[in-house]
Amino acid sequence: MAHLQVQGLHKTFDAVTAVNDLSFEVQRNEICAIIGPNGAGKTTTFNLLSGVLPADRGKIFFDGNEILGLPPHDIARRGMVRTFQTVSLFDSMTVLDNVKVGCHGKAGAGLFSAALRTPGLRREEKAITKKAMEALKLLGVADRAYDQAGSLPFGQQRLVDIARALASDPEMILLDEPAAGLNAHETTELASLILALKNRGLTVMIIEHDMELIMEIADCIVVLDQGMKIACGPPESIQKDPRVIAAYLGDED
Amino acid sequence: MTHKRRELIQYAVFAAFIIAVPLVFQGRQSYYVSMLALAGIYAIVAIGLNLLMGYAGQISLGHAAFFSIGAYTSAILTTRYEWQPLAGLVPAVAVSGCAAFVIGLPTLKLKEHYLAMATLGVGLITYSLIKADPGGITGGVTGIVNIPPLAIGGFTFDSDRSQFYLIWAMAFLIFVLSFNIIDSRIGRALMAIHKSEVSASVLGVNVFSCKLQVFVLSGMYAGLGGFLYAHCSPMYYLNPDDVCHFGLSIKLLTMVVIGGMGSMWGTLLGAVGLSILPEALRVLGSLLPAGVNTSDIEMAVYGLILAVIMIASPRQRLKKLLGLDKPRRVEPPKNVEA
Repeated sequence: MAHLQVQGLHKTFDAVTAVNDLSFEVQRNEICAIIGPNGAGKTTTFNLLSGVLPADRGKIFFDGNEILGLPPHDIARRGMVRTFQTVSLFDSMTVLDNVKVGCHGKAGAGLFSAALRTPGLRREEKAITKKAMEALKLLGVADRAYDQAGSLPFGQQRLVDIARALASDPEMILLDEPAAGLNAHETTELASLILALKNRGLTVMIIEHDMELIMEIADCIVVLDQGMKIACGPPESIQKDPRVIAAYLGDED
Repeated sequence: MTHKRRELIQYAVFAAFIIAVPLVFQGRQSYYVSMLALAGIYAIVAIGLNLLMGYAGQISLGHAAFFSIGAYTSAILTTRYEWQPLAGLVPAVAVSGCAAFVIGLPTLKLKEHYLAMATLGVGLITYSLIKADPGGITGGVTGIVNIPPLAIGGFTFDSDRSQFYLIWAMAFLIFVLSFNIIDSRIGRALMAIHKSEVSASVLGVNVFSCKLQVFVLSGMYAGLGGFLYAHCSPMYYLNPDDVCHFGLSIKLLTMVVIGGMGSMWGTLLGAVGLSILPEALRVLGSLLPAGVNTSDIEMAVYGLILAVIMIASPRQRLKKLLGLDKPRRVEPPKNVEA
């Protein structure tokens, strides 16, 4: 069974159809890229998948369960997390506290155990700290754990953003243009990081304009144009697809 | 010095201050003790409002409503139904909490100034209801008189000093509990919500539930404050203009804002500072021409403080002046390897 199944997903904003009857599947432990020109509906698709926006119609199955219509926090707790195009860390909090927020859904302490600092809460807080440090180490930014998040350079903020999403041990992560604003060196590191996530068993969906990066890491590519899927398949076949070249790759060169 | 150690020292200094005040102000100066006891009541309410506003970023312009609900609940039970004053504590806090729950359910879906307007409306409605007294239980404009003082065991809290210690012991407790909440999963979620509700929600934070919880908690703190007010006010007397007026909501809000929003110690100082303000104005008032009412000036001063802080954001400037605006690095705890 596919890890993620999208069927007939549809979303309009007033007169504009942002996502038009979109269907695709993502297999477990695969890196699936969504590409397309600006305004193709890529980010809207992520917003629908993560529950940030309601869809007009369609079905989304994650792990075989229908998730369309669930609130974002519920979808996150089921193991699908995401990052945004614009990094928005909680900038007055420390890097570590940012990542700890990512553990929120996996922990259960309420107001009263927090107020009384019960032994159960202390144990849970310890486990959260451990988990968050692990995520920071994975992203190579553990040395910044006790710095204020807003004080980090942009590239590191992006890494903290991903660490925050990973802290809850998700099964699937959606990355929205993670290479945007990164330099060549940072982009190479990002590529190996994404492959490392795959090796750890995660399913990755990625929106990206950096074609080189996509061709290097993606197992399958979904090409969108004006909200519609115009092609879908492994990188080699996408590169040769005349519709894709016309709609997207042709414009670039 | 470790984080924990510093925290303990701060608490110790706070406790020492509490113990010292009634010993310093004795005899003819004991008036200040009762004034600072009132400051402790406001501090309890302001700490709750700070959790809601300063940390979670949700504005309430109607917090006097929960304060008065707590005060009136206990006052009615102890005068009309002759309950023991101490027995009024649980109902006072519970009814305020329930009121916050019922009010929060629809209003917390609103954001920013819409929420501010909605809570303002709730405050005004509560004030009108208590003043109009349609059920014949609040005493309307005359209020409730002869509220019994608190008694625990054989001891009655009817002196300035005993009330001061009782109130500040509660304030200390609330302060520590609230600090613990901030330094936990819930506290982090609140701060995350303040920055971005969408970011918080995709990380697994149930935004609405967190907002509702902190709203109810701040309502309960306000109810506790109201309870203490009812049984410790100098004349053992409640009336709607003292406990439910819009001016009180603004006063509480100003305490949080002046304390820097999102600072526990700041809120504490804000509460004490603004409670001393009427006294300071009274002294100043003697210099003003006759006929000028200092309580009118009081409201104007709150307004001025709010306006100046909103325009100038002196906290940021003060930080710059002191060189505290530099990126912060927190001392890592010893037991976690980085």
